[in-house]
Amino acid sequence: MRLVWTVGLVSAGLSSKVLANQWNMPVGVTDVSREIHSLHMIIFWICVAIGVVVFGALFYSLFRYRRSRGARASNFHEHTTLEIVWTVVPLLILVAMAIPATATLKKMYDTSEADLDVMITGQQWRWRYSYLGEEVAFTSNLATPRSQVEGKSAKSENYLLEVDEPLVLPVGQKVRLLMTSDDVIHSWWVPDLAVKQDAVPGFVNENWVRINEPGIYRGQCAELCGKDHAFMPVVVKAVEPPEFESWLAQRKEAAAQAALGVDREWALEELMTRGEQVYATICASCHMPDGQGSPPAFPALAGNQTMLDDADYHIETVINGVSGSAMPAFRSTLNAVELAAVITYERNAWGNDTGEAIQPARIAELIDSP
Amino acid sequence: MASHLPTGSSASQQQSGAAEMTSDTHHSGPTGLMRWLLTTNHKEIGTLYLLFSLAMFFIGGLFAMVVRAELFQPGLQLVQPEFFNQMTTMHGLIMVFGAVMPAFVGLANWMVPLQIGAPDMALPRLNNFSFWLLPVAFTMLLATLVMPGGAPNFGWTFYAPLSTTYAPPSTTFFIFSLHLAGISSILGAINIIATILNLRAPGMRMMDMPLFVWTWLITAFLLIAVMPVLAGVITMMLLDIHFGTSFFNAAGGGDPVLFQHLFWFFGHPEVYIMILPAFGIVSVIIPTFARKRLFGYASMVYATASIAILSFLVWAHHMFVVGLPLTAELFFMYSTMLISVPTGVKVFNWITTLFRGSLTFEPPMLFALAFVVLFTIGGFSGLMLAISPADFQYHDTYFVVAHFHYVLVPGAVFAIMAAVYYWLPKWTGHYPHLRLSQWHFWLSVVGVNLTFFPMHFAGLAGMPRRIPDYSLQFADFNMITSIGGFLFGLSQLLFVLVVVLCVRGGRKAPAQAWEGAEDLEWTVPSPAPLHTFETPPDFTPYRH
Repeated sequence: MRLVWTVGLVSAGLSSKVLANQWNMPVGVTDVSREIHSLHMIIFWICVAIGVVVFGALFYSLFRYRRSRGARASNFHEHTTLEIVWTVVPLLILVAMAIPATATLKKMYDTSEADLDVMITGQQWRWRYSYLGEEVAFTSNLATPRSQVEGKSAKSENYLLEVDEPLVLPVGQKVRLLMTSDDVIHSWWVPDLAVKQDAVPGFVNENWVRINEPGIYRGQCAELCGKDHAFMPVVVKAVEPPEFESWLAQRKEAAAQAALGVDREWALEELMTRGEQVYATICASCHMPDGQGSPPAFPALAGNQTMLDDADYHIETVINGVSGSAMPAFRSTLNAVELAAVITYERNAWGNDTGEAIQPARIAELIDSP
Repeated sequence: MASHLPTGSSASQQQSGAAEMTSDTHHSGPTGLMRWLLTTNHKEIGTLYLLFSLAMFFIGGLFAMVVRAELFQPGLQLVQPEFFNQMTTMHGLIMVFGAVMPAFVGLANWMVPLQIGAPDMALPRLNNFSFWLLPVAFTMLLATLVMPGGAPNFGWTFYAPLSTTYAPPSTTFFIFSLHLAGISSILGAINIIATILNLRAPGMRMMDMPLFVWTWLITAFLLIAVMPVLAGVITMMLLDIHFGTSFFNAAGGGDPVLFQHLFWFFGHPEVYIMILPAFGIVSVIIPTFARKRLFGYASMVYATASIAILSFLVWAHHMFVVGLPLTAELFFMYSTMLISVPTGVKVFNWITTLFRGSLTFEPPMLFALAFVVLFTIGGFSGLMLAISPADFQYHDTYFVVAHFHYVLVPGAVFAIMAAVYYWLPKWTGHYPHLRLSQWHFWLSVVGVNLTFFPMHFAGLAGMPRRIPDYSLQFADFNMITSIGGFLFGLSQLLFVLVVVLCVRGGRKAPAQAWEGAEDLEWTVPSPAPLHTFETPPDFTPYRH
């Protein structure tokens, strides 16, 4: 008995150390994440207790009944009462465990009465966030530079867990998260929020979160989704509601500004500069930074004669994607300016020198009339 | 049960079989390569299966070494993500379908006839065909590595649409090779069922059979039930890829989640296919070295059957975050938790068998005991994963990777090694080299825990599975895991050395190689002659 207590105390002491060093599941910053963490710890300690008894009996037998110590085998091989006991007792433990688990699960499934709806769309290999009813939408890409991945520069503190634009959410409000995907199955996961939900093409899954503390919470795609599965992080920035409101207003203003740019005539250099940025965040992961692609799945763009000869085909491919291949449709992911810029870039970079500038107005016409 | 064949008829059947055997062309049959291509002898086919499995174990292991080398530190150093994904996928497929399953079939081929006193498998030519399908299937699967676009890269679970619309062209070869492996498994299972039900020694009732035979009988029924489901789902993939159907394509009105339901309806029984025969092996080895009858023989049989039946009712616990309705989550959580009851019964029975026994620790016993401890740890993490709310955090992380490697490596693989050490004297006539076996055991135990235990922490701290690169807080865990992986991988070379030395020589083993062993295989000479039990043995059902 004393041994059990010692083991218990030592492991309890260890476990507080373990928590401090990120060895354990995070407690998180929502009520649900706290409940899940406590379920996790309860079942863990139940397993430890069973383990102490079972392994205790095992190792006791191994030391006590060695033939080298003169042990002679007994002959018993059945004991009905004992067998009933060790069937029924685990069953009771399981029932005791199932009750709180059921209660937590019911809470997790209650997505009613949300204050805010956010649509999360998985794409190879980025997340798109759209605040429903607010006209605000943007994509969130990995911000870690390629040079850090390849070891050519020092790795930053949040290596692979940083994005260009985080999802901004208000604290204290119930946010319903609607998840879907444009291509393969992804899974949106932030450990501190205890939200992990698959984004499945053709389905809209629901989950919800009410964050208690402002802060930045990081996670990753959890479902294998192709070659850059490791490179599509999730970052959530939780802020106080007033700050959230002003951020939202700012985003709407910026969207309106961007819409104005569609109508004016853009210079080739201007489009090239913008296009280079878009290409680097969106296209380079498959078609490679030097436009060489990785055939057969991802064709080369540099020197691609079909594409260079026919600008309409090029535009059509980027806007609507290629059915049955890995090339997605970008009509709703990128705006007209970004599309025009990246297409112009692709027609003039890496020795492609058509000299053509594709104007945003031309694209806007096409994406407005599906 | 209607299994108790009338003694007279079964005996005469076997005598005529035996007469046919001796007058057959076997002793003057083909030699060299043709001998192995055409053999219908259960011992030779068993050996072929085991050697094939060993080769696959090393090829799959090599892929794991590539994975661990890339994950040794953060950043991309050795391979690109495309190739990394091919390595994880091929590692899983080769280990599951090429290493673990054929190893158990090989053991069944060798030992089931010997343990039930049968002269051979019931369907010897089918047996030959089942084996030779495998080299064809896996040559084709491995060939995808050098095809344009590379090998399958969508994980061994090959979720659609990543494995259909977005898959490399070699997927068609992958589908064909899984079909062949599936046919091989079904035919093997039919053969094992026919053998066990029809060819038992006169007087051996079902409840007299050694547990290895019992667990294999139940496993064979599982195989027949679920391999056709796998065949169905991969055929649907084939139709989606080449014939314009949309079973799993949302754009055509299909359902990617349907794929997962079908896959896991096969996949969950499949993981029990890989562990039930291991239960049987351990239930045979522990009583031998405890010199005491197995505690609770009947409850072991019932527990195995319960696990098999429950395995059809728990598949969606692999899909807790796919967006199931609440009622489904609850049903699959409860049914999954229930599995721990019969599994617990097995562990308690093994420990009670040890209790007040007379224990010695020969190499098979070492592996069997490590199995009990480490499999139980895998069982604990399995129970944690069953708690559906907590699974929202565990799902698709290294915690899951730790869990299933604990049940499959120190679980299934250790049981296979225990079986090899246990029956090597029967197969070769020599005991395996004691010191080397002990070294192999201890290095494997240290290596396996160093590899897989830190994965629990990496997963809880938030590391997703199947990623070629990771953020800095996981660096320490991954380095330890990689070192452990290399250690475990290298120590398996010792295993090959032990087997080779044992085939070539060593201390001579008598018919009854282990003092406490009492099943029928120990009544034939060591090494077992090519033909055994040509006349049915006298079987006295006193054991269980």
